[in-house]
Amino acid sequence: MINLTINGESITAPEGATILEVARMAGIEIPTLCHHPDLSNVGACRMCVVSVQGARALQTACTTPAADGMVVDTMSEDAVETRKFVLEMLLTDHPNECMTCEVNGDCELQDLVYDYGVKWPEHNGQRHQWEINPDPNPFIFIDRNKCILCSRCIRACNEIQNRDVWNFAYRGFQTKLVAGADQFMLDAGCESCGQCVAYCPVGALYDKMSIGLGRVNQITKVRTTCSYCGVGCNFDLNVRDGRIIRVTSAADAPVNGMALCVKGRYGYDYVHHPDRLTRPLVRAKWLGREAVEERIAAGEWAIFDEAKQRLTHRRPPNDAQTPIPNTQYPNTQYPNTQDLNTQLPPDTFIATDWDTALDVVANKFAETKKKFGGDAFALLASAKCTNEENFIFNKFTRQMLATHSIDHCARL
Amino acid sequence: MSVHASPSLTFESPEQGPDSQRRCVAVCMGTGCSSSESALVRERLREALVEQGLDAEVEVRRTGCFGFCEQGPITVVYPEEVFYTRVKPRDAQKIVEEHIVGGRPVEKLLYKDPLREQPVQKWHEIGFYGKQKRILLGNCGVIDPENIDHYIAKAGYQALEKCLTQLEPTDVIEEVTKSGLRGRGGGGFPTGVKWGLARKTPRWPKYVICNADEGDPGAFMDRSLLEGDPHSVIEGMIIAAYAIGAEYGYIYVRAEYPLAVRRLRIALEQARERGFLGENIFNSGFSFDLQIKEGAGAFVCGEETALMNSIMGERGQPWPRPPYPAVSGLWDQPSNVNNVKSYAYAPAIIRNGADWFKQIGTPKSPGTAVFALTGMVNRTGLIEVPMGITLREIIFDIGGGIPHGKQFKAVQTGGPLGGCLPEEYLDVPIDFDSLQAAGSVMGSGGMVIADESTCMVEFARFFLKFACEESCGKCPPCRIGSLRMLEILTRITEGEGRLEDLDELKRLSKGLQRGSLCGLGQLAPSPVLSVLRHFEDEFRAHIVDKACPARKCKALITYEVVAELCTGCMVCGRNCAANAITGEKLQPHVIDPELCERCGLCYEVCNFDAIVIKSPR
Amino acid sequence: MGTHNDAVDLSLMDDVFREYEGQRGALIPILQKAQEKYGWLPPEVLNLIAKKLGIPVSKVFGVATFYAQFYLERRGRHILRLCDGTACHVRGTPILLTALEEHYQLEPGETTEDGELTVELVYCLGSCALAPVAVLDGEVLGRLRQNMLLRTLKKRIDLAKPA
Ligand SMILES: Cc1cc2nc3c(=O)[nH]c(=O)nc-3n(C[C@H](O)[C@H](O)[C@H](O)COP(=O)(O)O)c2cc1C
Ligand code: SF4
Ligand code: SF4
Ligand code: FES
Ligand code: FES
Repeated sequence: MINLTINGESITAPEGATILEVARMAGIEIPTLCHHPDLSNVGACRMCVVSVQGARALQTACTTPAADGMVVDTMSEDAVETRKFVLEMLLTDHPNECMTCEVNGDCELQDLVYDYGVKWPEHNGQRHQWEINPDPNPFIFIDRNKCILCSRCIRACNEIQNRDVWNFAYRGFQTKLVAGADQFMLDAGCESCGQCVAYCPVGALYDKMSIGLGRVNQITKVRTTCSYCGVGCNFDLNVRDGRIIRVTSAADAPVNGMALCVKGRYGYDYVHHPDRLTRPLVRAKWLGREAVEERIAAGEWAIFDEAKQRLTHRRPPNDAQTPIPNTQYPNTQYPNTQDLNTQLPPDTFIATDWDTALDVVANKFAETKKKFGGDAFALLASAKCTNEENFIFNKFTRQMLATHSIDHCARL
Repeated sequence: MSVHASPSLTFESPEQGPDSQRRCVAVCMGTGCSSSESALVRERLREALVEQGLDAEVEVRRTGCFGFCEQGPITVVYPEEVFYTRVKPRDAQKIVEEHIVGGRPVEKLLYKDPLREQPVQKWHEIGFYGKQKRILLGNCGVIDPENIDHYIAKAGYQALEKCLTQLEPTDVIEEVTKSGLRGRGGGGFPTGVKWGLARKTPRWPKYVICNADEGDPGAFMDRSLLEGDPHSVIEGMIIAAYAIGAEYGYIYVRAEYPLAVRRLRIALEQARERGFLGENIFNSGFSFDLQIKEGAGAFVCGEETALMNSIMGERGQPWPRPPYPAVSGLWDQPSNVNNVKSYAYAPAIIRNGADWFKQIGTPKSPGTAVFALTGMVNRTGLIEVPMGITLREIIFDIGGGIPHGKQFKAVQTGGPLGGCLPEEYLDVPIDFDSLQAAGSVMGSGGMVIADESTCMVEFARFFLKFACEESCGKCPPCRIGSLRMLEILTRITEGEGRLEDLDELKRLSKGLQRGSLCGLGQLAPSPVLSVLRHFEDEFRAHIVDKACPARKCKALITYEVVAELCTGCMVCGRNCAANAITGEKLQPHVIDPELCERCGLCYEVCNFDAIVIKSPR
Repeated sequence: MGTHNDAVDLSLMDDVFREYEGQRGALIPILQKAQEKYGWLPPEVLNLIAKKLGIPVSKVFGVATFYAQFYLERRGRHILRLCDGTACHVRGTPILLTALEEHYQLEPGETTEDGELTVELVYCLGSCALAPVAVLDGEVLGRLRQNMLLRTLKKRIDLAKPA
């Protein structure tokens, strides 16, 4: 253990921690931009500079190890002025677009500019004019004009995802964040996990599917466990008006931290997808014409018109960049009963209720088992099932259906 | 100690030693002289000697840079040390016939000092060399850098032998510390202390790295040393390696130094052959080898952490210290980075002792300083002077003052990271601390003289543009701030400046100095600040009067024809690409300022000085 | 002169990879050797280097674009490297640049449209004594003046002066 003084407060800290870590443990805030606790430290942005007694120059708290007897001032005039200068310089090459920016209210740069009272710097000098959204990646949106070159995305891709898609190219003011050899992301080995987006402190990288759908003050975050596989990653569903508009990492997620895979982060569109089945469908022939006519007339069941669904609600083909329309998907529409009089082919899907559907299935299982024996069945469990569900599934397979033919889709 | 005690310190062929009384014609084969055909001079000399049947008696020796490159190619006849300048290949015949055979120095090739009537015969009588003290450059121009025997004859590798056979590593460090040697890469950090730190870190392997990136535009001290006496650097590195306990080293050489690289390669090969590099050197159990790494064109790679990143094959961006290289450098191992000259001093210090070194120079900055003297002085070149000499002595005694009777204006040291000093500082004895106190720096050795025809605003802009282009881009103060400063300076030189710009420049400078990660950003404002401090009136002239007092800034000058002097020869009109010049044959011509691009071609081609450059005021 | 569509002979790199096999931090020397062979760094070669060294393309590209020495575009048949080091700068490089701009519409870093001439600005060629200095296709031109430079260029390169 070492003892040091930060802002006049004496603090005991474990050896090997940086000034930043020690300060934060003691509840003293030091602003950062390029630092992220999950990533290695590079000391690039200069926001975290502090005065250390006896040091020749300001030290970056994120990279300087705390030492015994150190006397640190995190709010010295030099440090504060430097932070203001850094922010001002960043703004001189940043679009003044907070009004329309996706991350308005959720931007580390914006918060620091506000906290440090930095004014918008007017000037006629050079500004970057990169093309906005130049990459066809279906999930990741890029606006380099907002990039502050903190390299967090690069490190996230390299250190967490191990894909090394990103790097800086060129140097000085010309420095540019590039994928591969300045290629499209997918050509540079990107697997669209969106880690880079999650670590971007500003709006330079964003989730393409969420553009225009809601900003942080318009959404509610609902913590959930990913339903795709058994790892059990947690994340926050960003919900606006009862609809999921985005998934964001939850830093405190016990299993996965900020990390997510492409399915967890971007595979949520099925929730509100028009193709999603919200009621069990049973072919008319298993229900009997009479029951069908009766229940449809009563408004309980309906004829399912697959073709019509697809035509109305699919995204235009080959246009990965247009977000799914921000309209409430209308509930599945069913044709009028009058049509029934004309024709009802036996294979027509009827949207029924769960009890009916399960009865049909149970009867069919029983029939099949009786006729052909248990080995006529093979069962495939879903990766989305919980342990408990899988346990039951196993029991059901082996004891009820009496077969060993059971497998799991996560073997893919 | 006897040189011959150790088998590796004897000559292969003793008569090859440079101290022999044998006649010798030394031809400079440094980069400067090579670019004016010194190789051909050497060839012709050989041929002429063969013709005279003297080729066995007279040696034609290839040497490194004499420092007086401006007068190159340089050729010196030993032992009488007659110094020939601007020797053309066709002069070889004459040198051999008149001097070697006839015994009369070739008058026409002797150095004609603009300040003296009589041509100067001997090397050391030339004003340029008068006040120099050549410790590091002592072998340059004397020995053949591609022949290890020459180096050995000059007590080469004796210091290494002494270290390995008589001294403990800690003794070496102590001696170097006691000598007060300060790093010559610019920072002036005590070299012995640095070695001590690297020794203390208990992790191996350790690395010794020689910083030969020398990116300062216009400086070529390290290059000349590497070209002229590569073994002194290698010996110094081996000594350092022994002192700190390193087994391997790198010399990081600037991309544009092909000759230095070639000489180094040869020197390394020879040192390995003789067993000064490799396993079990001098039977001491100590092993060391090293390798050359060529830079790829990035000034920032002179910064030690960026340099190590570059050696590791990364983008040459610095990292914040700590960790210092002595603790965690190359491949996270303890490493010692020193400048070329810092290493090269080591053998001399070990050989002659710390006390010898201390009595040269000033108490706080012992030893000599090597400068590349350029710009508006009569004699330019590479010089080595004792610390504590004044700028006046350098500029006027060594440099011979300002040419064409013009007025001295400023001296710039430290290149893009340095500053410039006006007349009133000429008598300050210079060393690391005094220059810093005066608002400039020692830097690594660039020294540029500006006269009245130099626009100081443009000068400041030039250095800032350099820093801006060389910024690695890692940290915002330097990446963006230097550009903002450059934009302001550009607008001032274009006559668009505002008075508030001066304060804005100071404010931005402060931001860069305080906020930048590495020395590049921290020091990039220095040239601008020093010009602001000493030549504010020039800034004001550009801003308020829209005038460039030195008549250099294109937007603030006009080219005009003096009708009385113009003969109407039409040369200017023919040369003007903008077709801005009109006039009848034998009639005075006129330049249309609207069309004129201010390329200055007319000014240059006019045989009658009829074209003048004008600026308001 | 060749265009970018010329097939790149990747086998030229075999020796280079052999030479640096197993060496740490060899990326920069390998890029240097590659450029020596091709005159520039074609994308195919960058990809090959990444594959052979087992490092990401993004890294190779990041390094290759960081250093001024590397060219990711094909250059002109003739290359004029104009020194703008301090010594040359104070002795007249800016005015040489203006002349080039005037006569060839060339700014530093650019190549004429016919691919004949590339002009580069460098900081110190090491021949400060001859300032201002330029190197045309490896040959040092010292103590340059505008008309001298233009004459040499005209002579050396049969370059039609743009109307
Ligand atoms: C931008 C920058 C460029 C530098 N260039 C050089 C250089 O060309 N040569 C050099 O020896 N040191 C250079 N240095 C200083 C080195 O970082 C380092 O301090 C030096 O090599 C240490 O050697 P010394 O102790 O022998 O002076 C540079 C520093 C900075 C910040
Ligand atoms: S895109 Fe975002 S995370 Fe990546 S460097 Fe730019 S600002 Fe940083
Ligand atoms: S000061 Fe300039 S060169 Fe140094 S790290 Fe910052 S951006 Fe790079
Ligand atoms: S947070 Fe420390 S330098 Fe960026
Ligand atoms: S290169 Fe010959 S004297 Fe410098």
